[in-house]
Amino acid sequence: MAPSFESAALQLLHAVIVVAVAPALTGIVRLLKSRLTGKRGAPLWQPYRDLWRLLRKEAVVAESASWLFRVAPYLTFAAIWLGAALIPAFTTDLLLGPSVDLIVLVALLGGARFFTALAGLDVGTSFGGIGSSRELMIASLAEPAMLMVIFTVSLLVGTTSLSLIAVTLIKYPVGLRVSLALGLVAIVMVAIAENARVPVDNPATHLELTMVHEAMILEYSGRHLALMEAAAMVKLLLYLSLIACIFAPFGMALPAAGAHALGIGLLAWLAKMVLGAVLLGLFETSIAKMRVFRVSEFLAAALLLGLLATIFLYVSKGL
Amino acid sequence: MNPLAFVLGTPVVAGVILGFIPGRYHRIAARLNVLASLVTLASGLTLFEVRPEPNLYFFIDDFNVYLVVLTAFVGFTTSLFSASYIGHEVEIGRLDAPRLRFYHGMYQAFMFSMLLALTANNLGIMWVAVEGATLATALMVSLYQTREAIEAAWKYFILCGVGIALALFGTILMYLAAQPVMGDGAQAMAWLQIMAQIGRFKDPAILNLAFVFLLAGYGTKVGLAPFHAWLPDAHAEGPTPISAVLSGLLLNVALYAVLRFKILLAHTAGAIAPGPLMIGMGLSSLLLATFMLYRRRDIKRMFAYSSIEHMGIITFAFGMGGPLANFAGLLHMTMHSLTKSAIFFSVGHIAQVKGSQKIADIRGLTISHPTLGWTFVIAVLAIAGLPPLGIFMSEFLVVTSTMARQPVLAIPLVLGLLVGFGALILRLQGAAFGEVPTRGHAPIKASLLPVWAHLALVATAGLYIPPQLVAWFRAVATLLG
Amino acid sequence: MGHLEFDIAHLLGTMVLVLSFGLLFQRRIFGVLRTFALQASLLAAAAAWQAYVQDAPHLYITAAIALVFKAIVIPVALHRIVIRLQIHRSVETVFGVGLTMIIGVGLVTLSILLVLPVTAQSGAITRENLALALSVVLLGLLMMITRRNAVTQVVGFMSLENGLILAAVGVRGMPFVVEMSVAFSVMVAFIIFGVFFFHIRERFDTLDLHYLETFRGERE
Repeated sequence: MAPSFESAALQLLHAVIVVAVAPALTGIVRLLKSRLTGKRGAPLWQPYRDLWRLLRKEAVVAESASWLFRVAPYLTFAAIWLGAALIPAFTTDLLLGPSVDLIVLVALLGGARFFTALAGLDVGTSFGGIGSSRELMIASLAEPAMLMVIFTVSLLVGTTSLSLIAVTLIKYPVGLRVSLALGLVAIVMVAIAENARVPVDNPATHLELTMVHEAMILEYSGRHLALMEAAAMVKLLLYLSLIACIFAPFGMALPAAGAHALGIGLLAWLAKMVLGAVLLGLFETSIAKMRVFRVSEFLAAALLLGLLATIFLYVSKGL
Repeated sequence: MNPLAFVLGTPVVAGVILGFIPGRYHRIAARLNVLASLVTLASGLTLFEVRPEPNLYFFIDDFNVYLVVLTAFVGFTTSLFSASYIGHEVEIGRLDAPRLRFYHGMYQAFMFSMLLALTANNLGIMWVAVEGATLATALMVSLYQTREAIEAAWKYFILCGVGIALALFGTILMYLAAQPVMGDGAQAMAWLQIMAQIGRFKDPAILNLAFVFLLAGYGTKVGLAPFHAWLPDAHAEGPTPISAVLSGLLLNVALYAVLRFKILLAHTAGAIAPGPLMIGMGLSSLLLATFMLYRRRDIKRMFAYSSIEHMGIITFAFGMGGPLANFAGLLHMTMHSLTKSAIFFSVGHIAQVKGSQKIADIRGLTISHPTLGWTFVIAVLAIAGLPPLGIFMSEFLVVTSTMARQPVLAIPLVLGLLVGFGALILRLQGAAFGEVPTRGHAPIKASLLPVWAHLALVATAGLYIPPQLVAWFRAVATLLG
Repeated sequence: MGHLEFDIAHLLGTMVLVLSFGLLFQRRIFGVLRTFALQASLLAAAAAWQAYVQDAPHLYITAAIALVFKAIVIPVALHRIVIRLQIHRSVETVFGVGLTMIIGVGLVTLSILLVLPVTAQSGAITRENLALALSVVLLGLLMMITRRNAVTQVVGFMSLENGLILAAVGVRGMPFVVEMSVAFSVMVAFIIFGVFFFHIRERFDTLDLHYLETFRGERE
């Protein structure tokens, strides 16, 4: 896919849409959870209002904070936004598509996590330390699990480039493959852990001792907090988009397709995102949060499922 | 009239009837039990003359004909023994009468399942029958409802359950192996039909895997090490008639199942040699059991280990292969069956008169109860392998054939035999000739007829085996390869 | 079309296997029972699918038995027993959940390596099914070995049987023995376990087999 004006334009459009849609998704999840637990809940666009409010507030920084504390929100948001912009959503014709692959994505996510964790440690409060250490414990298991799933998919399709994967899976459907089914379960488990969702972490908790993600950003306020919150929302969209791209790529516009195909692609993608958000809301409401030491077992299970997925790939190939 | 219908039908009918007789009429039930077993035996004997036509589900050939009669015979003598033994147990209060309805019904059900396993042509039916036998005995082992009995029954059930499950997997694999040659359906599960077409089996890989599972699975039920853990407890805690039929019959039936598959393997080109596997398991069982014989303090447990030892010898013999070793194995199966059940009969009487199963409590039998004591002496000498009793003959044949073919293996074999011999004689010494303790002089309430009948057969076999039996053994020995 | 039927059969078998892992993952007895019920329902689905694919109507009966007994009746019965006998509600394991699951993956690899080369002559659908079934059997065995409580050992045994039934339905044309074995396993579960549980509880005031093993007859 040679770089062209179209692919550059689509890339920019994609990046803008990603950031625009992300808070709405979080809004959907929160609204659904409230309604299911018998509350009225805030309206769908409340996250936009929250972000706008935070952006206009003054950022209060602790005296013991270093330059890292101030820089981390920007780095985190940038890394995650870039990652989300790389994943083909409604079209596979993106400027950065060919030069970027799944490993880069994992690296971007890892980088963002690294800075957030350091920021949590930076001010020297104990809750920040708890959050950072838990986050890294979760990451130490979640990342290998994710990589296993990536291996499975890449071995199946023959490439790690996301746009190539999407194009291949659209053009030559692989049917109901067991490795992909196992991989799907594994990556959903990883996504839940990485996005700090129930049962790994409760995003709406006020109790610091039960926090993982929230604890790390406890000290932030104003525009810094807005960026961190936005990063979390975009991260959710990133994972939903990734799952849709690999496991349900139908509807995406192929390169050199007309505006009509783009429109369909966009609608399909939005539908998948909303569906994902709804399912997440339902799932979170129906299950209880795990005790922290069980999280490692949960993620070990994800890792083992990823391993099984790879093993079964060889089983199918061996026939 | 198809004698097989009587052989199989009598236990079923009797079991159902006995299941309905209430516990307080247990004496009548016991007599009915004996009668049913006698009828089964009689029908079994007619199988010597009249062999029914084999069909897809049942068949009689040289291998199972004498085993069927042996099973029916030991079943009959055990029912005789059980009649008086169980009556006594009820009198002294170890058992309560309502449970006897269950006991007698299950006894016949157990006999049925064993006979079914022996005469089944369909491998699936054979499996179902062995599972049924496991179920029946597991329930009966827990008859006394003591703490130890329940643990023994639980252990038995879990271990043998796993074994049976592995055997089922092996059976499924066997079907898979037979399917390309025999086609779908019951054809591919019929042993006789598979045997007829065995030359057409080109790919032995599945057969090998199947045999490994079958050996592990049915081998658990034979009591081969390392799967033997259920055996000592089940024998020690269950009622003595059940120990007798477990040792004397069920172990044989399980080994019979293994051997049926071994025959198939022996006639397939390119299949793994089952010999080394069986030799290995047999030797380890033998050595493990004989060394355990020394430290046992419960008499039934000791003889349970003796059963493991002998099944080890038999498996070893069949693993060696060749006409002499196979003949020895078959002979040993028969002799062990008769002798071990005789031992358990006498042990049952001894436990009743002495009031305890602990070896320390059993002393001076020849002085306090001369008939019982000397009978016991002869029985133990028989199981230890003294000439001219039958087991000596079969052990001698095994050792000879081993020395001729694999002299190195003869060393552990003979070592095991000698160690076992020593342990048994040592215990016998104390039990039969020691100082008579002050208590335990209850007169014997039961007849020793079954024991004498068995010992007489064993003694005769040591000197003379009827030519027809020899012919069958030879034919099966060739078949076993 | 042939590909789709193979894929669905494969998928159902794999879900049964994943639930075997799920059984190893659970730490509460009720979770174990629920997972087992789910596994049995998936097994019923697999049997029904095989009945459709192989055009073997007697397998529908197998599916029905698996569904009614193993997915509904037995878990409900065990649930009641757990409540009535006041059995300890958490599952005690010999080694940790993580280590158990790693061993589980090792067993799955072992069974795949064992079955696939050996069955080179058979159809693809059978080979996959057999590999999956053997994995489920081995995982059931692992569960029996690494759990102390009698209820979980029983569930492990029944999940082992599930693996066997999966193997049996996957093989084309295996005659009525399938029904017999299914019926037998059901009978086994009912009679023995029902009888035993009450007796074990009466004698030992607990179903923790750790106490059972204080009587090691071997020492006598």
